Amino acid sequence: MVIIRIKGTVMIETLQKFSPAIVSHKMDLKLEAKTVNAFFGKTQALQNVSLSIEKNHVVAIIGPSGCGKSTFLRCLNRMHEVAGGTMNGTILLDGKDIHENDPVNLRRRVGMVFQKANPFPTMSIFDNVAAGLRLNGMAHNGHIAEIVERSLQQAALWNEVKDSLSKNGMSISGGQQQRLCIARALAVNPEVLLMDEPASALDPIPTAKIEELIYELKKDYTIIIVTHNMQQAARVSDETAFFYLGEIIEFDNTKKIFTAPSIKQTEDYVTGRFG
Amino acid sequence: MKKINYEKYHWRKIKSTTMTALSIMSVVIAVIPLFLIFFYTLAQGISALNLDFFIHMPKPVGETGGGMANALMGTAILIGLGCLFGLPVSIFAGIYLAEHGNNTFGQIVRFFTDVLSGIPSIVVGVVAYILVVVPMKQYSALAGGVALGILMIPTATRTTEEMIRLVPHSLREAALAIGLPQWKTTLRIILPTALKGITTGVLLAIARAAGETAPLLFTALGNRFWSTDLGHPMASLTVFIYDYAKAPFEDWNRQAWGAAFVLIVLIFIVNMTFRFVTRGRYGDHQN
Repeated sequence: MVIIRIKGTVMIETLQKFSPAIVSHKMDLKLEAKTVNAFFGKTQALQNVSLSIEKNHVVAIIGPSGCGKSTFLRCLNRMHEVAGGTMNGTILLDGKDIHENDPVNLRRRVGMVFQKANPFPTMSIFDNVAAGLRLNGMAHNGHIAEIVERSLQQAALWNEVKDSLSKNGMSISGGQQQRLCIARALAVNPEVLLMDEPASALDPIPTAKIEELIYELKKDYTIIIVTHNMQQAARVSDETAFFYLGEIIEFDNTKKIFTAPSIKQTEDYVTGRFG
Repeated sequence: MKKINYEKYHWRKIKSTTMTALSIMSVVIAVIPLFLIFFYTLAQGISALNLDFFIHMPKPVGETGGGMANALMGTAILIGLGCLFGLPVSIFAGIYLAEHGNNTFGQIVRFFTDVLSGIPSIVVGVVAYILVVVPMKQYSALAGGVALGILMIPTATRTTEEMIRLVPHSLREAALAIGLPQWKTTLRIILPTALKGITTGVLLAIARAAGETAPLLFTALGNRFWSTDLGHPMASLTVFIYDYAKAPFEDWNRQAWGAAFVLIVLIFIVNMTFRFVTRGRYGDHQN
């Protein structure tokens, strides 16, 4: 599946001419953004961003600071509007417009992990993971322990915290807190996981753990990860989107982006010549 | 190297020293009344302080001894009533101001809350008199509670607002991101996180209300007998002090000093509790 967008024009048709086999391959699209524009007040943060994301794929979003990576991510679960932003254009989740439904329901399907670990400081490790279930009334008490354990195992944190589940969520290390936040996001059983630079504040070892984790989670979830770290994007993702000044410059297979990008700007960025 | 102009240098030194001395003097002057009050009250009232003073009722006129048990109880009940009337309003208003108060209406509410905190307490007493005493045709503890409740509102509201604003935005986002509706986010995540700070505001408000006399004079009125009936006049420490201080009996005057000392210590304890509670705000490692 390849879609190349150059300066606001969708190039599927052009592409079809050259390699019809690629596009006719039946895509199992999970998320589709169509000409999304996002604003903070009068400042435009995203311009005509279109992007299609396949189910059970990992998509990395790279680009220099302020290029709209995070804004795009936050449009996908409508967190953008929480920060007072506005957007237009269409975003489809399983073919349905995400703005048709209540954002609360959307966010249960599209989970999010933030740049800075943000466990609830008044809750224990267990309660942090259980928070989504309990407060949303999504599980009866019998099930909660099970789901908490499963989520912590998925987040590769279970073995480290299984004897201290009643300790405060803030008492563990930064890397563990971030994995706790991942477990918290997984506990409500989302379909898509958005990760906003989840490892940017972490040492190499917890970073590696989170990357392994992303690889594991791919089986069950569709993952979109914003990252500043090019190696990380290359390691974890199937496709990579390069954002610059609020636009998608190039979106392609990760290998291609990092070895033979079609556009000069992308090449300059991934080779470290700017950004 | 440039030569230092010593004449100017000395002049600057003199100015600096003078200003420092003035500042220190001002601090001392500001603290002197507090110590004077504390020790003078202690000196005057110490002879009245004994166990009887706390557990006995006032004696009839002419007899010496007796205590202020009813006033202690009354103050406790009146503050309880004040909290009951004042705190729910304050906390919800504080939540509103913090979460949705960035508009003209919020500004207006904030402004009037500040104005309310500057209104003389006796005026608040008049308000409670008109609102409660006049319709009930009777002085009552209830009216006193309403007056104290109104007095608590400004402090408690503004502290609640400030404390909720202090909760990092990332927590709100974390809660929303797991699919919590706005109201649950506020109620179950933000409020518990800000609880320590809000407790602070509440304790400060209580400390203020506990020391009020004027609004109680024509609401709770005061009572020389044991009464826990909310529909009737009730004794309180401050009104007890007022009555006993102007009485022509030396023993009563002494007891007024004693009661004043007790009141100061109580408020002191509330303030210390507040310091203790807020020593580590959220973010510290609990458990």
